[in-house]
Amino acid sequence: MAYLFEMQSLSASYGANTVLQDVNLKVVEDDFIGVIGPNGGGKTTLLRVILGLLKPVKGKIVFNKELINSNRIGYLPQISTGDVNYPVTVADIVLSGLMIQKRIISRMSSADKKKAEMVLEELGLTEMAGSMINELSGGQVQRVFLGRAIIGDPKLLLLDEPGNFVDTTFENDFYEKLRVLNSRMAILMVSHDVGTISAHIKSFACVNRSLHYHPSHEITNDDLLAYGCPIQLITHGVLPHTVLKYHK
Amino acid sequence: METNIFQYEFIIKGLLGAVFASITAGLAGTYIVSRRMVFLSGGITHASFGGIGIGYFAGINPIAGAAVFGILSALGVEYLSVKQKIREDSAIGILWAFGMATGIIFIYITPGYTPDLMSYLFGSILTVTNADILALGIMSVVLILYFGFFYRTILYISFDEVFARTYSSYVDIFKYITTSLMALTIVLNIRMAGVVLVISLLTIPPNIAMLFTKVYFKIVIWSILAGFAGTATGYVISYFAGIPVGATIIFTLVIIWIVAKGINQLTRKTQVEKTLAV
Repeated sequence: MAYLFEMQSLSASYGANTVLQDVNLKVVEDDFIGVIGPNGGGKTTLLRVILGLLKPVKGKIVFNKELINSNRIGYLPQISTGDVNYPVTVADIVLSGLMIQKRIISRMSSADKKKAEMVLEELGLTEMAGSMINELSGGQVQRVFLGRAIIGDPKLLLLDEPGNFVDTTFENDFYEKLRVLNSRMAILMVSHDVGTISAHIKSFACVNRSLHYHPSHEITNDDLLAYGCPIQLITHGVLPHTVLKYHK
Repeated sequence: METNIFQYEFIIKGLLGAVFASITAGLAGTYIVSRRMVFLSGGITHASFGGIGIGYFAGINPIAGAAVFGILSALGVEYLSVKQKIREDSAIGILWAFGMATGIIFIYITPGYTPDLMSYLFGSILTVTNADILALGIMSVVLILYFGFFYRTILYISFDEVFARTYSSYVDIFKYITTSLMALTIVLNIRMAGVVLVISLLTIPPNIAMLFTKVYFKIVIWSILAGFAGTATGYVISYFAGIPVGATIIFTLVIIWIVAKGINQLTRKTQVEKTLAV
């Protein structure tokens, strides 16, 4: 599986405040990585570095230029950064995701509009195409911004705490959508909720200034030795769960 | 005969002034209201009065002085708010009063004839020159071309600047250019409505339009029409009643807004009743 990008001993900071230190991470085409860690641990900063909004102070991020460049990344921000009262329709917001390739334009072609219709249909938003976002529910707003993120057929989708939009009835549906999208693109999903996370996630990255990557759900006896004393894991019932390898 | 020609010229000048003022104010006003920059625009307007004073003192066109002051203060506030070194509303408040103070001081110390301050504060069609009309006409063309060419780019940057930064490195350039054009529009309209009133010329028409549509370019179109209706009616009333034109225009626009708001409320109420009855 070809890699999309690789971070090599990368450090990032805001002024004197180092937020990420010596991070190594390689993301391949079909990855679905859950990025977890405490608030202020550097999760959003990680996304900002990938998006090119923050330059690393040390180390580098290398993109596989054949597959990806800055205009093949879809991004769903933490909270809706847009002004909900701004006079712009749902269809226009989804279309704005194409700006990542066009950068400066006046008009969208009919092919672009067709594409937006397809995305709206895929996300069940067809009837809302002409609405303003202040007329939508939280879950619908989330889908609009997801639509904006995927309309350009990105190779990599970055999601910053998508659970924040709430609307629990939609949450399951949302993660199912992500599972489907994962067949077309790698997904990097930030979540501040360390306790529970979607079962569709394939691997984990724990971020708290440093980054620890856990390639799979599996756990071996050797991993348990890391605790330094004989231990066993206890669970009751059939709760699906993931045990991550110990790290400092 | 001469009186007729004078009247004819006066009417043409007034009409062209109204058309260009409506176009520029409609385009700029929709941007300002949508981006919630009304207070910033008020600050720019009053800051530019400093330029008017210095213009008088130095013997250059006061509107040129106002343009320089207006653009510089607009860029200054945008820059400061990006750097986040100072509270934006405080910066605007300081700039607002500083501009007025500078203007008054320089006009006061200008030797000899004291200019008609009132016409700058409250607008006067009598002092509007052909050059002013021409400048507003050029500004109309510039704004139409600018918004025509970059409609979606401007729309998307205004809607979600944070997201726009993920795909474009031109966000700041666009913001600075657009804000400069807004400042210039405001300054050129000072002749029509005056420093104190011009902000309403920009903000009332989009607010009338927004009662009936929420699509950006439709707001622009309706703003221009509402602006023209208010400006033209204001002219006529001002001419026959012999009251200051700027104040008459704003007064007319507010009346239109109140009536539109009333119609809007009534139709909405009937809609709700209909829905409930079904």
